[in-house]
Order: sequence, then C-alpha cells, then structure tokens
Amino acid sequence: MHATLPYVLCAIMFMIGLYAIAVKKNIIKVIVGVIVIHHAINLLLVLVGYRTPLTGEPIAPIITGVTGPAGASGGVDELLSQAVDPVPQALVLTAIVIGLSVVALMVVMAVRLHEKYGTFDMTEISQLKG
Amino acid sequence: MKGMTLIVKTMTSLLFGCVLLFVFYVILTGHLTPGGGFSGGVICAAGMLLVILAFGADAVKERVGHRWAILWETLGAIGFLSVAVIGFIAGAFFAQFLTPSLQFKLSAAGSIPFSNLAIGLKVGAGLFGAFLMLAAFREGEKADRDSGEGDQ
Amino acid sequence: MTAALAVLYGVLAFMVIGAIIAVETRDLLSSVLCLGAVGFGLAMADLLLGAPDLALTQVVVEIFAVVLLIRTILIREDTTKEFIRDTPHVAFMGAVLMAILLGTYFCFQQMTAFGDPPMIMGLGYIREAASAGAMNLVTAVLLDFRAYDTLGEATVIFAAVLGCYALLRTSGRKQEQQ
Repeated sequence: MHATLPYVLCAIMFMIGLYAIAVKKNIIKVIVGVIVIHHAINLLLVLVGYRTPLTGEPIAPIITGVTGPAGASGGVDELLSQAVDPVPQALVLTAIVIGLSVVALMVVMAVRLHEKYGTFDMTEISQLKG
Repeated sequence: MKGMTLIVKTMTSLLFGCVLLFVFYVILTGHLTPGGGFSGGVICAAGMLLVILAFGADAVKERVGHRWAILWETLGAIGFLSVAVIGFIAGAFFAQFLTPSLQFKLSAAGSIPFSNLAIGLKVGAGLFGAFLMLAAFREGEKADRDSGEGDQ
Repeated sequence: MTAALAVLYGVLAFMVIGAIIAVETRDLLSSVLCLGAVGFGLAMADLLLGAPDLALTQVVVEIFAVVLLIRTILIREDTTKEFIRDTPHVAFMGAVLMAILLGTYFCFQQMTAFGDPPMIMGLGYIREAASAGAMNLVTAVLLDFRAYDTLGEATVIFAAVLGCYALLRTSGRKQEQQ
C-alpha cells in the first residue's frame, strides 16, 4: 500500500479538479479547477522521479563534490547511486511556467466575457446570443 | 488601477533594485545552483508586478508602455534562437560552441549562460506585458482609433 | 514509515483538503486564497522530494496566479445566480469520477513503486554531465540535452502572451452599429 499511496492522493486531487470543471457554473470556479489539475499533474511527475535515499534527506541532482577531495560526497558516483531523477524535474519546470501563461490567457478571456455579457455565469452566457 | 500610499511607493522604489539584483543572480548562476532562466524570469515578472501594484497601472503604462515589453520579449526569443543557430559552428543545431568544463565558475558550461539570459528576458518581459495590459484595461473603453486605421 | 515520509503524507493530505475547500466554498475570494494554499503546499512537497528549482519557481508562480485571479474578482460586480444545484447531473458526474478513480488505482499497481524509479535516461545524463559542463543537472537536461523541448516551451509562452495582447487591444476594433 505504501508503494502507491502518494499516487492515489494525486489521482484524488485530479478528480476534484475535474469535478469542478464539469459541474460548476461560475467561470472563476472552472479556472480554479484547471489550476488544481495543473498542481496534481506536476506533483505526480515529481513523485515518479523520487528515489529513496539510504540516509537522511533526498539528494537533489546537483553535483557539489567536484572541487573537494577525491571521493567526496556529491560527486558523480554518489549521484549515480542515490540521486533523484533529473528528467521529470526539467519537464515539470517548463510545465509550471506554461501553466501560468495559460491561466493568464483564461483570466483575460473571462474578463472579456464579463465585459460583453455582464456576468460570470456560464448558463446565462450560453443562452444569450451575441 | 490606482496606486497606493506614499509609504508603499517609497519602499517599493527602494526594494525594486534588490529584487532585480536577485533576479540577475538567479539567472546568471543557473548552471551552478538551483535556478536558471525560468525561475529568474518569473521572479522578474513578480518584481514588476510589485511596481504595478504600488504605482498604479496607468502611471506605469504611460512611462513604460507595453511596446517596451513586446520589444524585450522578442529580443529574448531571437536571442535563444540565435544561440541555437550559432551552434551550427560546432556542427549541429543547439550544439555548444564554447568548450564546457565541470568547474564552479561562471565561465564554465559553454553556451548555457547565454541561453539562460535569453530565456529569462523572454519569460519576464512576456508575463509583465500581459499583466500590464490586463491591469490597465477598463471596461467599456471605446476604440481609440483615428480614421485612417480601419480594421487591422 | 520514517518521519520524512510521514511529513510528506501530511503535506499531501493538506493539499487534498485545500483543493476540496477551494472547489466547494461559495465565496470566490476564499476559494482563490485556498488555491494559493494548495500551491504553497506543492512547493513544500517539492522541497521534501529533492527538487529545489521547482520549489523556487512554484512559490512565485502561485503568488502571480493568485494576484491575477483576485484582480478580476474584486473589481467586477458579480451577478452569478445563487446556487441552483442540479442533483442528477452532480450525481452522475460523481459516479463517473469514482469509476475512473477505481480504474486509476488498478493502473498504479502496474507502475513502479514509489521511491524506486527505473531512471532509464537519468543515469545516462548523470554520466555525461561533464560534456554539458553544468553542475546543476536539471539545467543541463533542460538547456543542453533536451533543448528542443525548451524551444517548444518558449513558443507556447510566446503564443499565450500574444493571445493576451490580441484579446485586450483597444485600438482597431470596429464600432458597434446600433
């Protein structure tokens, strides 16, 4: 059960966001649901790349032992055996900034809709024509 | 959007220099410590957000129009593409054209610092421009066009 | 279960409860602030999982998103109709989501266990770190080994910002003929 419990919590958060997009009528609540889905997916990707360390803190993928004495901690050999995977972190870093741009675009669309129709309610907007 | 009180304005003008210094640090040492182009870019955008909130969006739009934001953003994008194309000298698209070495120096890591600078400029200026347009937007504003512009 | 893992589970539970409150509460300002709490919880989880770049970026991005949302909520009057609950629709969506959740549980059994990633490409990148020259391996992966993905990401951000400019332009629009 410990092997999949964090993934299940991520899936629960994804379902909460999906429920908000499908059921809520206010545009701001739909945007909140999209942001919750962003957070759930980024968390899932970072969780997949986690490697349990032998002692203490997880070791971030940064080489810190190049200029020290030979065999110092943080060198490439220790990173090979104990460090966290760097590839999901790189992908999530771009995903976070793209998420921010998409949220800005959605907010601009909501502002323009409010200017034209006077409300944030999606059922009213879908009934009014033009 | 109006600005805030005199205390907030004074503190912001003192703090903004420190924020920009931190942004340059995060971008330039992105290959040695956690950070890099994306982190530095969003921190720069957040610092300019502080200025917009303190001084009011209309004042900022008069002094630093959104055309500056567009200019810096496109310069960042062109810079990143030119780093990629100059890599043709070393044999391939996106190859490193200065020799990389694994040391704790700013001049190590080949052409990565140039990429970091370009990306930081692009992300920071882009997000700042988008928020400036949103903050200075007033509902029901009529189109301010002269008779020769038409529909572009 | 070690203490570090217990703290991680606590942060994850905090995020799930924050997400439930952000989606369900009726007041828009409270839901946006709860969303900020979820984002900060994600930054804490990033620190506990060994990703300092991500924690730094996530904190600032969350502040930016919360300020954007508050800017649209506070300045507009909202005439959303009050709370008409459409019970068959909600029940149907709830049942569908529960079924999908059960399906994902069975899918997660097939994935690798938490804490033991396959690291097919990660080991190769760590071994070749000297050819990139960067000591921060995440930057090396992002800007040297996988630079095409960064180019695509720069294009997406450019397109989103251009979309914002195009939607908020006030010059060149045709006047409405009443």
